[in-house]
Amino acid sequence: MKVSVITFPGSNCDHDAMEAFALRGHEVKNIWHKDHDLQSPDLVILPGGFSYGDYLRCGSIAKFSPIMKEVISYAQKGGMLFGICNGFQILTECGLLPGTLMMNKSLQFICQHQYIRVESNDTPYTYGLDKGKALDIPIAHKEGNFFIDEAGLKSLQDNNRIVFRYCDKDGNATPEANPNGALDNIAGICNKERNVMGMMPHPERAASEHVVSQDGLFIIKAIENYFNHR
Amino acid sequence: MSEFKVTSELLAEHSINQEEYAEIKNILKREPNWVELGIFSVMWSEHASYKNSIKLLKTLPKDGDYMLAKAGEENAGVVDIGDGLAVSFKIESHNHPSALEPYHGAATGVGGILRDIFTMGARPIAVLDSLRFGNPENPQVKHLIKGVVNGIADYGNCFGVPTVGGEIYFEDSFEGNPLVNAMAVGILKHKDLAKSGAKGLGNHVVYVGAKTGRDGIHGATFASVELSNESEEKRTAVQVGDPFMEKLLLEATLEVIQKGLVVAIQDMGAAGLTCSSSEMAGKTGVGIEIDVAKVPQREIGMSTYEIMLSESQERMLIIVEPKNFDALQDIFHKWDLEAVIIGEVKDDGLLTVKNKDIIEAQIPAETLVLGGKAPVYTRETTIPGYLHKTRSLDVNQLPESKDYADILVKLLQSPNIASKRAVFRQYDHMVQINSVVEPGSDAAVVKIKDTNKALALSTDCNSRYCWLDPYEGAKGAVAESARNVVCSGAKPLAITNCLNFGNPYKPEVYWTFSEVIRGMTDACKAFGTPVTGGNVSFYNENPTGAIYPTPVIGMLGLIEDSSKVITQFFKNDGDLIYLLGKECMEIGGSEYLKVIHNQISGYPPKVDLNAEQELFILMLELIDRRLIKSAHDCSEGGLLVCLAESCFSPDGSNKGIEIEYNPKIRKDIAYFGEAHSRIIVSISPDTKQEFLNTVTASALEYMYLGKVKGSEYIINEDLAVDTKILREFWEKGIDL
Repeated sequence: MKVSVITFPGSNCDHDAMEAFALRGHEVKNIWHKDHDLQSPDLVILPGGFSYGDYLRCGSIAKFSPIMKEVISYAQKGGMLFGICNGFQILTECGLLPGTLMMNKSLQFICQHQYIRVESNDTPYTYGLDKGKALDIPIAHKEGNFFIDEAGLKSLQDNNRIVFRYCDKDGNATPEANPNGALDNIAGICNKERNVMGMMPHPERAASEHVVSQDGLFIIKAIENYFNHR
Repeated sequence: MSEFKVTSELLAEHSINQEEYAEIKNILKREPNWVELGIFSVMWSEHASYKNSIKLLKTLPKDGDYMLAKAGEENAGVVDIGDGLAVSFKIESHNHPSALEPYHGAATGVGGILRDIFTMGARPIAVLDSLRFGNPENPQVKHLIKGVVNGIADYGNCFGVPTVGGEIYFEDSFEGNPLVNAMAVGILKHKDLAKSGAKGLGNHVVYVGAKTGRDGIHGATFASVELSNESEEKRTAVQVGDPFMEKLLLEATLEVIQKGLVVAIQDMGAAGLTCSSSEMAGKTGVGIEIDVAKVPQREIGMSTYEIMLSESQERMLIIVEPKNFDALQDIFHKWDLEAVIIGEVKDDGLLTVKNKDIIEAQIPAETLVLGGKAPVYTRETTIPGYLHKTRSLDVNQLPESKDYADILVKLLQSPNIASKRAVFRQYDHMVQINSVVEPGSDAAVVKIKDTNKALALSTDCNSRYCWLDPYEGAKGAVAESARNVVCSGAKPLAITNCLNFGNPYKPEVYWTFSEVIRGMTDACKAFGTPVTGGNVSFYNENPTGAIYPTPVIGMLGLIEDSSKVITQFFKNDGDLIYLLGKECMEIGGSEYLKVIHNQISGYPPKVDLNAEQELFILMLELIDRRLIKSAHDCSEGGLLVCLAESCFSPDGSNKGIEIEYNPKIRKDIAYFGEAHSRIIVSISPDTKQEFLNTVTASALEYMYLGKVKGSEYIINEDLAVDTKILREFWEKGIDL
């Protein structure tokens, strides 16, 4: 696959995403936010970090970066666009995904291993994964508390667009297993067309041998499977 | 400037004494003007000149087999780790700013140490924070803890460096004067090592990074006096950090260094533009002329004095050959940062500060800097009176408590021992995806990209031990930090230190300082770990007196094969548990003595440096041969506490143990006393013989303790409790 990772000023998980996909043998490109060419990718990643310092509101300034015009038109044409953490926040800010990410309930930054449950395998990002499977994918954010109005939540639920929910290690999506107060334990969602995906946890942080969890590989391999079989 | 008159009040305000003032006049052959007085004030402050510590610091061992830049040569020490790679690392204090403005004080502490690392051309890959506060029950202290932790988190998280470890202690002695020491570690290629000495007549002096404001004026001088009720008024001496700006500065700085566009570079930390310009000139004996009117400013109407003394953050000074300036500026502009020529390198050895056409200050640069004409003092020492009292502890007079479960629970809940998860979960400790061992084990382990190697990192100091015996305490701090990295499988390479003390003009305080230097020297020599740099923070006092002497040691260890890394946690049922080292016969300075008997007294544990070094060699051999499944430094809280810590797996699961070791001496001492040179290991029963053969081949004492088994924590007939219950007590010890 050809994977393009966008670097905004303040992105700090861009190289992690590149490393995780390069490790799997993909052709990885780093795209500067002032560029205008996505370099014909099969997958675009908006990485984690603090674009523009997360000043004003997380992701709110990044949506004005020059490259976002190309990113949005790429997504509208059906291109695979994957926002992780700050990338998820940017996707909600520019309207490619609904809802918003508020400050964590504890008002604190939380970095920890977190189980998330596969809710839908009808996306390129969870293709072939068992529904209900619990994955250990680290989280690291202060604003990950997903919120959407009632109608919006119903639409997400009815259209099977909730892709991951926070859960415990046995796969129970309980309030105790919810690290940040996210509505309905939502950890990740996709758009109607299912090509745009945003999630707060970091699969790229659980995709190499030497780190503590390798469960992020399930997601990367699902993307590969989708790419090879579609 | 003609009406300017130097008065004794003005000198006092600048913390310059009469003797120093006479020397200033002698250097200039005239009276200094206002700007010059300000420049001397910050450069000759304790913080920048090390005037009361440098004589002793020079006695520390700084030579080693792997040193590329030694202590005092550059912004931070640089250690060769092979494969053309090197590690730059350093620890620094930000105590006084954090006492006043805990959030910004701690945040800029992290920012400052990160800049020290990336000015060397190194990419920061880890941060550790060593923190000390008063009693956490006190709401004022709680406010400080929350602010400091939040400040560290916000800065490091946004910058994108993992905060992988550190330590937090609580002791009444730090009430009102918390210690905030931040350590940063970076990786660089040998060829990218950047230097700070200005060179090349006519080269541009370029200012890059954030604009200059009025924040942090006189920060260095402020750090060089005791905190008092009036300190609140000096709140403007505390800087305000912008981690986003620092992240941009990092990327741009590394890019220009790696492209070979930089002759020399220095960050603007303490004493800002003054310190960076005079040190860059003073180091190589050249002159630097700058025009403050060209300095990017964020406020209107700043005076030369303010511009020179501002400690606004996220700024650097770079010496560039004129032909490279455009390329350098392009890179900074790409990152939306300023890069402005503010002066040039001269051959007159002078620091010349102009404001447009008017010369506002002109001082021989080398007279300002450490190793030049900055003052150097020898201070008096006296053995402190309190030691008579603390050393009269008679263990036989101590009632022997036999409710071991009660003691254990109380110790596990003690904030000094309790889980620090409430703190480290606020720090991003996984970004950069190199974290092999996450916070919570003896040492943090960070993999080095594109190699099989990893670094083990630890910060350590038991201030209580240092107060009871600064010589043994300092030896112990070095030994423990080395032991911690050894427990993960790393060879100790070198240390950085942050020496936190009270007022050096108090002979009792200075005695503890000199004893600490002696202890550190002996230990570093024994382990072959040179001191690569660090910082001294004096004047840490509160109304009740000086803080406990606290020489924080930051240890760098190298692991050649990262697949051999081990943690402190028990792994499988049936594994055998041994203690490498002796049965504990000591109780002085222990957490047990403090928590249960409410006293801080006795002699702290002594380190037998030879035994310690032998223990390291044995441990590293055992780990290298994959004979060990877990290893935990048996330190604070004693044997029973450390066994419990090994039962609490970071994934939330718990292991049980069945211990059969029956002490021959008083049980509370054996169970809860603290001693050095002891490691709790677990091994697979399959490798028992090989393990024993190796251990008995060394001269070290060892003991069989018991087995990993089930879910209960069982000590002889003395104690049996569900491990899960112990963990609950341990986890609720710190609430933020």
